[in-house]
Amino acid sequence: MTSRSDTPELSALPDDRVGSARLLDRLVLRPEIGALLGAVLVFAFFSVATERFLSTGGVATWLDDASTLGIMAVAVALLMIGGEFDLSAGVMTASTALVTAILATRLGWNVWLALLASLAFALAVGALNGWLVLRTGLPSFIVTLGTFLALQGLNLGVTRLVTGSVQVSGMRSADGYSSAGYLFASTFTLGGTAFYVSILWWVLVTVVAATVLLRTRFGNWIFAVGGSPLSSRAVGVPVLRTKVLLFMTTAGAAWLVGSINILRFTSVQANQGIGLEFQYIIAAVIGGCLLTGGFGSAVGAAIGALIFGMARQGIVYANWNSDWFQLFLGVMLLAAVLVNNALRRRAERVRR
Amino acid sequence: MSPLLEARGIGKTYGSVIALRDVSTVVNAGEVTCVLGDNGAGKSTLIKVLAGVHRHDSGELLVGGSAVTFSSPREALDQGIATVYQDLAVVPLMSVWRNFFLGSEPTVGFGPFRFLDRKQGRRVTRTALADMGIDLRDVEQPVGTLSGGERQCVAIARAVHFGAKVLILDEPTAALGVKQAGVVLKYVAQARDRGLGVVLITHNPHHAYPVGDRFLLLKRGRALGTYEKSQISLEELTRQMAGGAELEALAHELRGADE
Repeated sequence: MTSRSDTPELSALPDDRVGSARLLDRLVLRPEIGALLGAVLVFAFFSVATERFLSTGGVATWLDDASTLGIMAVAVALLMIGGEFDLSAGVMTASTALVTAILATRLGWNVWLALLASLAFALAVGALNGWLVLRTGLPSFIVTLGTFLALQGLNLGVTRLVTGSVQVSGMRSADGYSSAGYLFASTFTLGGTAFYVSILWWVLVTVVAATVLLRTRFGNWIFAVGGSPLSSRAVGVPVLRTKVLLFMTTAGAAWLVGSINILRFTSVQANQGIGLEFQYIIAAVIGGCLLTGGFGSAVGAAIGALIFGMARQGIVYANWNSDWFQLFLGVMLLAAVLVNNALRRRAERVRR
Repeated sequence: MSPLLEARGIGKTYGSVIALRDVSTVVNAGEVTCVLGDNGAGKSTLIKVLAGVHRHDSGELLVGGSAVTFSSPREALDQGIATVYQDLAVVPLMSVWRNFFLGSEPTVGFGPFRFLDRKQGRRVTRTALADMGIDLRDVEQPVGTLSGGERQCVAIARAVHFGAKVLILDEPTAALGVKQAGVVLKYVAQARDRGLGVVLITHNPHHAYPVGDRFLLLKRGRALGTYEKSQISLEELTRQMAGGAELEALAHELRGADE
């Protein structure tokens, strides 16, 4: 992945006061280390405990499970590092799918045009979220809870109004379905097994997000506005623009996931997506994001989603009741928060 | 030559509260102007006006001889006026070099492929800090791991590096121990020797007197007096700061109660 490769550059600048503890301290400073260890453990456990987990079919299944969650978790992680939450992110995946589906199946729009329209809708809602949060100064938790409820109501209300039921289907017969489906919902074959293209989207989103976060000015500003908005403003960082863009990014990711879903399943339920927003936040936290902002990792959030996918499918392969997944999730989240807390304390204490 | 920064009869009200009334001062290159006053004297309001955080309601603010009105800290910064706040100077969880370049990051490449020049960032941070006499072992460590004095110094070095002509320091020594405060004052003197005009806000005359060239005393939003260093002694400055005549009257009263 695109983690920072500091070691070679720094070794060119030797300092006699820096002992051999540096590598360990440096590792500890990486927010995704805890998640990586967790992922290795979960992977090892289910590889040993079940037969199908390591088969190519098994791998394709848990990677696919992790992919749409991962796309959202990475976007939510950027937002959380920027110091905000978006509770409307889960429902937004359904809203965008519904907009696309209704425009394409009821109004006869070309799928590509419908996708563009739902993207515009998503970005507008994202911008509204950000603008409301920053203009009112209210916690994003409350503002986006409002958007969450409003979207949930809109999803059901509009869908029932247009179709008379709570689902929209029939995407397959819409114009442009096959080309759009190729981009968002096709499969590619690797080792004789079909993998969904959503996995590639997940990897792409993660790489772009990690690069932006660690290698660009905008990424620097994300950390800054989450870590201390007042200091950021004082040195000339555009706090409002940065945060609004982050809300729009989250909404844009929800559009991507909504598009992947609608094109793969060709129908969408109006009550989809509810509750997923917490899974995104959990994956981001497992990946090393602090709830207070200013610290976290895009790669970590992707690994958090991977843990999710592996555990959810692993439990199925082990023939356990899927009830146990929630227990696993709770324990995993608590462990992640505790580990992250300890690591961060250590990171702040380390004085080299 | 006109002073770097000049305030002429500056006033500022928040609703019906008059926070600052008719305050004037000058900041010259290579000199330290100290703003002294007790809590609520208007020190913070004055620097917020100078730093572009708030707009003044009356009076004139002159930069290099021409009148200006700042609508954001960025505008003040563009005019060469940098402010280091006591508690919000840096982002604790970010590394030293990322803090150093925050808002003015060096980049390589073009268009959508403009990336942070991290090597350059680390190198420049290291040398800029070394030039100010700050010896950090690792510019990649989070600023939160530095001591309060070191953090102030990083912020001061940042302002100096980015070509500030006027450096405004808001109570840089307030939360520091004696030794740390001395270190920070050393960097204040160093910034002055480099030709910057420094505005030092403090309520401690013992910190102000050694480095100051000019002293502006504020009380309840008004200027109590402006003195050149030659016009006032440390004892007199301390006396004025502590309330002067009022305190003597109080002492008299307390003595009276004893008898």
